[in-house]
Amino acid sequence: MSAPALQLTDLRKNFGPAKIIEGVSLDIARGERHAIIGPNGAGKSTLFNLISGLFPPSSGTISLAGRQISGLKPHQINRLGLSRSFQVSNIFANMSVRENVRCGVLWSLGYGHSFWRNIGNLKEVQRKTAEVLEKVGLTDKADVPAVLLTYADQRTLEIAITIAGGADVILLDEPTAGMSHSETDRAIKLIEMATEGKTLLIVEHDMGVVFGLSDRISVLVYGEIIATGTPEEIRGNARVREAYLGDETDFAEMSA
Amino acid sequence: MTDYSLDRVPDLAPSARYKFATRVLPLLLLALILLSIPLFEPSRTWLSLFNAIGINMVFALSYNMLLGQAGMLSFGHAVYFGLGGYAAMHGMNAIENASYDGGIWAAFPMFALPLVGFAGGALAGAVIGWPSCRRAGVPFAMISLGIAELVAAAGFMFISVFGGEEGITGDRMNGVELFGLSLGPLGEVYWFIAFWTFLGVALMYAFTRTPLGKLAQAVRDNPERVQFVGYNPNRVRYLVFIAAGGFAGLAGGMSAVSYEIFTPESLSVIPSGLVLLMAFIGGARYFAGPILGAVVLTYMQSNLSDYSEAWLLYLGLLFIGMILFAPGGLAGLLLSGTTALRQSLSGKGLVRAGAFAISALLSAAGVIVLVELAVRHSNGFGEAFEPFGFHLAPDQMMPWTVGLVLAGVGMGSLKVLSKQGGMGS
Amino acid sequence: METVVFALLNGLIYGLLLFMLSSGLTLIFSMMGVLNMAHASFYMLGAYFAFTLGQHTGFWFALFLAPICVGAAGACVEKWGLRKVHARGHVAELLFTFGLAYVIEELVKIIWGKFAVAYEIPPELNYSLFELFGSQYPAYRIFMLAVSIAMLAGLWYLLKRTRVGLIIQASLTHPHMVSHLGHNVPRIFMLVFAAGCALAGLAGVIGGNYLVTEPSMAFSIGPIVFVVVVVGGMGSLEGAFIASLLIGFLQTFAISIDSNFAEIFSFAGLSADGDIGRITIASLAPMLPFLLLVLMLMLRPRGLMGEREF
Repeated sequence: MSAPALQLTDLRKNFGPAKIIEGVSLDIARGERHAIIGPNGAGKSTLFNLISGLFPPSSGTISLAGRQISGLKPHQINRLGLSRSFQVSNIFANMSVRENVRCGVLWSLGYGHSFWRNIGNLKEVQRKTAEVLEKVGLTDKADVPAVLLTYADQRTLEIAITIAGGADVILLDEPTAGMSHSETDRAIKLIEMATEGKTLLIVEHDMGVVFGLSDRISVLVYGEIIATGTPEEIRGNARVREAYLGDETDFAEMSA
Repeated sequence: MTDYSLDRVPDLAPSARYKFATRVLPLLLLALILLSIPLFEPSRTWLSLFNAIGINMVFALSYNMLLGQAGMLSFGHAVYFGLGGYAAMHGMNAIENASYDGGIWAAFPMFALPLVGFAGGALAGAVIGWPSCRRAGVPFAMISLGIAELVAAAGFMFISVFGGEEGITGDRMNGVELFGLSLGPLGEVYWFIAFWTFLGVALMYAFTRTPLGKLAQAVRDNPERVQFVGYNPNRVRYLVFIAAGGFAGLAGGMSAVSYEIFTPESLSVIPSGLVLLMAFIGGARYFAGPILGAVVLTYMQSNLSDYSEAWLLYLGLLFIGMILFAPGGLAGLLLSGTTALRQSLSGKGLVRAGAFAISALLSAAGVIVLVELAVRHSNGFGEAFEPFGFHLAPDQMMPWTVGLVLAGVGMGSLKVLSKQGGMGS
Repeated sequence: METVVFALLNGLIYGLLLFMLSSGLTLIFSMMGVLNMAHASFYMLGAYFAFTLGQHTGFWFALFLAPICVGAAGACVEKWGLRKVHARGHVAELLFTFGLAYVIEELVKIIWGKFAVAYEIPPELNYSLFELFGSQYPAYRIFMLAVSIAMLAGLWYLLKRTRVGLIIQASLTHPHMVSHLGHNVPRIFMLVFAAGCALAGLAGVIGGNYLVTEPSMAFSIGPIVFVVVVVGGMGSLEGAFIASLLIGFLQTFAISIDSNFAEIFSFAGLSADGDIGRITIASLAPMLPFLLLVLMLMLRPRGLMGEREF
């Protein structure tokens, strides 16, 4: 077996005196769908920001397919095959949906910073863009400016940009936040299809999504992982129940 | 990855007809206008105005590569115009010297001098942009201001390169002739300017269609996200900065051949401010905006200054008005005007648009009356403001009241109209 | 020795004048995020208002009235202009104040003419206070010093000892927090903008007759004030104070040094005939602040004392 797709070793992050991540170690195998859950303020988003390179870790290492990436810049990490989405839609507001996705496609097809090619003539780019749009179901809105999309469509576009570059490891930060039930169902189908054969790390509050989607789950509380296991194991874990005390509704959904 | 065969993927590219209408037709139209201007046998005054417009078009478009496309606000873009222009002036003198003593420059046609300007501007952009493009937003704007002041001061200091206060001069009628143009008479200079204007506009338009051009727009919209699609936003900004410097230098080269002189004044923050006004008033969000801005402002600069001492004030007020009420600039106004016309040829919409236009005109007329009266009052020559045969003397109460009432009614109704539901920008 | 003492005194006065301008700008910049490019235009308005008011009321009334008028003008600009573009971000605000600087300069040209006006030092201060190394030292400069120090004390009292001051201080470092305290943020913004403009106006009143009152005065000092604010650091009045004095001394000292590069670097074989050899230290004086600005922004973006980068 080769190196894990993503490996965190004793990862720590302080902001001044505040310790946000306190020694997280985690191995995520190739092709695994892994969810991170935990109460608000547990450090889930910070963990994502560390992995994707937005912040450098205070100590510890992150490896992507055996290669150490901690300390690299976000764009360098992205080029190595790790792509992330954002909790708050983070899209190119004044560009059309098609242009948004195209931005995500360009680097992976090797067009770098080229300024001597007409983007409209790049068949590969056009094809890949159309593929991604078709996959996420935004084809009929391709020419709409991103800022005019509905909220759910913006979330979908967020995912589309994230998968457009064909990265092997995908990080999704609360992809269904703020969606209605039917929208959430559609989003799960989309995530399942779009990340087929890839490694997925997902932060999610909706327990239905977490338990339906993931192979394994890690529970992050106050910057530490208190449990990692299959959905079955997590469901029966006493410490997890304790951490979630008071969040009865979430656990009702968990058992569902 | 699931395999999608080509035939299953819908072709999302716009139709050939749409492409032609939006991308090729406007350029053909520009070429047509440029070609047909000499048919009207314009006077020398008009020809020099056209030449100035051409230079400013290229300059303003190059500025908008930064402001409109990559979202970089620069207060020192004239540095690249000026350095490119100086490079071209030195090239011009090298051609002249080579025509006596021989050398490589002897084979260089004067007509191609803007290329030297481009190289000079791009080189300056590459050197200066290296440190300054590491910051964005307000810090970038401040660095550009500081660098503009430094370069302008250095321009006055290094006399052997920049010629001191008098600048350096040259003679364009040397070297190899291209297209049978000696570049002597103004009419031949027009062809030179028209050629490079068209080339500059076309190339800068093409740039917006390249991967780098699209990435620049992405950086403008959301630099954070750009990092997560594999690009370093500072790198994108830097490359755009070099290109913008190059095209500014191209405009500088056009100016060098057209006027045969460059002074350190051309590097200063004043022309930098003017090109910012051109791009913004024309409409930084649209590719054609700076073209409009260059036409309008160059015309104002050369003609309005004859009519009114206060033309710079009008320019400033226009600029502030645009920032407050029409951030899309003239291009944005035109566009929303035409769509309004198209959508509601009947009834209410048209009335509303008309009411807007009339109110805007009223306020403008009021402000102009007041300003012109103030100018004449402070000059103290006892002159009267006489538009369209009216006699408005600044020492009487009546004209001031007229101005105040016009401005008041105009602005009041604008306010009422915009409260009823924005005109949209 | 003589030159050093004179340069020190003049540098101090120039530096304090700069601080009067930059303190207001720092407050506005740190709280509202607006780098007001028209700030020096309010300085100019102060000088012109004082000139016109002074003709009717005399200098001493103008000393108080003119800054109040400038402050009122600033409040109007904030309420009917800046506030509208605030939502469109800092670059739009920067553009707005840039346009405003343009308009104010042209308005001044129309109202007061294109050339310098005869705004003069009041006769009761137009004498030499003492003699230093055989040179007369004008009383008006000492008066400027006194006004600056009074302003400094007033500002310090306001910020450290009053409730308004506490709110302003809180918002310097935590601009987003203030709205949570239940304060009317637009109103505070307007007051701070007006107060900053009034301070700039005061600088104009006492500086306009010491230097010169002409339409280009805003344009010549404006960029230097930015430099002070950037070098001093975001949200730091102390930083602005140190930077003001630093630049005040830097410029007055450089001007008083008469040698050129050829003399200084003669060991390196520079001759006074070449371009570089001919450059004098005095001619470099106007460039120094901008060099400082560019270096600071690239190497230490938070400035000397800044709490955060901008």
